[in-house]
Amino acid sequence: MAFTQAPLPFDAGALEPSGMSAKTFEFHYGKHHAAYINKLNDLVAGTELADKSLEEVIKTSYKEGKTAIFNNAAQAWNHDFFWKCLKASGGGKPSGDLAAKIEKDFGSYDKFAEEFKNAAATQFGSGWAWLVSDNGTLKVTKTANAENPLVMDQTPLLTLDVWEHAYYLDFQNRRPDFIKNFLENLVNWDFVASNLASA
Amino acid sequence: MGYAELASVSRGFARMRSLKQFLQRQLHFIVIGGFLSILLIACQPLAQSQAPDASPPPETSSETVDQTEAVGTLELPPLPYAFDALEPYIDAETMELHHDRHHAAYVNNYNEAITDYPDLQSQGVEALLRNLDVIPEDVRITIRNNGGGHVNHSMFWQIMSPEGGGEPQGQLAEQINQTFGSFADFQTAFEEAGANQFGSGWVWLVSNNEGNLQITTTLNQDNPIMQGAFPIMGNDVWEHAYYLSYRNRRAEYLDAWWNVVNWEEVGRRYEQAVQG
Ligand SMILES: [Fe+2]
Ligand SMILES: [Fe+2]
Repeated sequence: MAFTQAPLPFDAGALEPSGMSAKTFEFHYGKHHAAYINKLNDLVAGTELADKSLEEVIKTSYKEGKTAIFNNAAQAWNHDFFWKCLKASGGGKPSGDLAAKIEKDFGSYDKFAEEFKNAAATQFGSGWAWLVSDNGTLKVTKTANAENPLVMDQTPLLTLDVWEHAYYLDFQNRRPDFIKNFLENLVNWDFVASNLASA
Repeated sequence: MGYAELASVSRGFARMRSLKQFLQRQLHFIVIGGFLSILLIACQPLAQSQAPDASPPPETSSETVDQTEAVGTLELPPLPYAFDALEPYIDAETMELHHDRHHAAYVNNYNEAITDYPDLQSQGVEALLRNLDVIPEDVRITIRNNGGGHVNHSMFWQIMSPEGGGEPQGQLAEQINQTFGSFADFQTAFEEAGANQFGSGWVWLVSNNEGNLQITTTLNQDNPIMQGAFPIMGNDVWEHAYYLSYRNRRAEYLDAWWNVVNWEEVGRRYEQAVQG
């Protein structure tokens, strides 16, 4: 059974007032994400991986050094997770258990935000910034290209795509502005909280 | 200082198309001394003037592409043509962002990284890239990424031209035919390699350790000199190089790019690779 692309959890133009344009989604969701899924299907067609879950394909291909399969499988998963991390008029500070956990593990929300901004800004080249739960402790990490916390035995809670295609139409070279806007206007903290609850 | 020197100087300004040329001129001035050096340093206030053993290069080497003499802090080399000169293949906004923002950031980050390291300042950026192990760990990655970014982009501007396109000539053309079968086969292989470079990076034609032509790719801003190969030409496949015009269609960009390749300059780099 082929892997399929889940619909965006919002209208492609819904985040435009929050700093992520419909144009960006037209390409990022409509072309980049779609291409990863299509390539993945081509690569696993007729192999034993074709019937595995996406998570299993990611872990297996990573372990076995099947780079092309891993890259496309992980990017298929990363983008699906990323869309869920976004919402119109999101961002700002989290609340409840999540807020308490962030304060406990980082000292304060501001310290978390600073660490996250730094990770996202310094991921040289293409990649992702993450908030993960690592054996019960929250951590900020960054990964290159397609790599993700699933292959590092960490539970991803939040991610930001810092491939240039994620921000070039809206922010051009200004990645720090893109990161700041993400934290202030786009983060879907409800999704992050649900990830923490099930971690 | 005679008229010939002055003429050479003004010609140098007119043709100043690379950091190397800029540096050679500047080093030249230190040796010949006089008010012109002060004038130039006043116009271009940079630390390259501190090069310890400057000697005037032979006149012919002003056209070479080697940058090993670029010691100290880096300067963003001027783009040798207008932002819109490569249209319709590369749009003006892309060129402006690419040169004035991306390349400038590599230069600034590099200069900041070596501020506290006089030992590093006395070496050229290429020398450091060839020898990353000698760089203190706390600045090694910054120098690798930003020094590489500078060297790669400095070459990139030079090997493109509004009068570009066509095919290589002479020895390089022969060597390409011998190695890849034909120029068209070489183009296909180069485009494929560029399309398959996952994430950010470059696709190269290098002269490898055995002195043979080879198509390679590097991640991010790594340069073939880090593996002991000589980069004859390279295309930037970071998304910033093509996203405004080509979006996700990297293959189209790779195909269009041949229209702006400056084969004269690539040929010069090939000769330099052959001469070692
Ligand atoms: Fe992406
Ligand atoms: Fe670039």
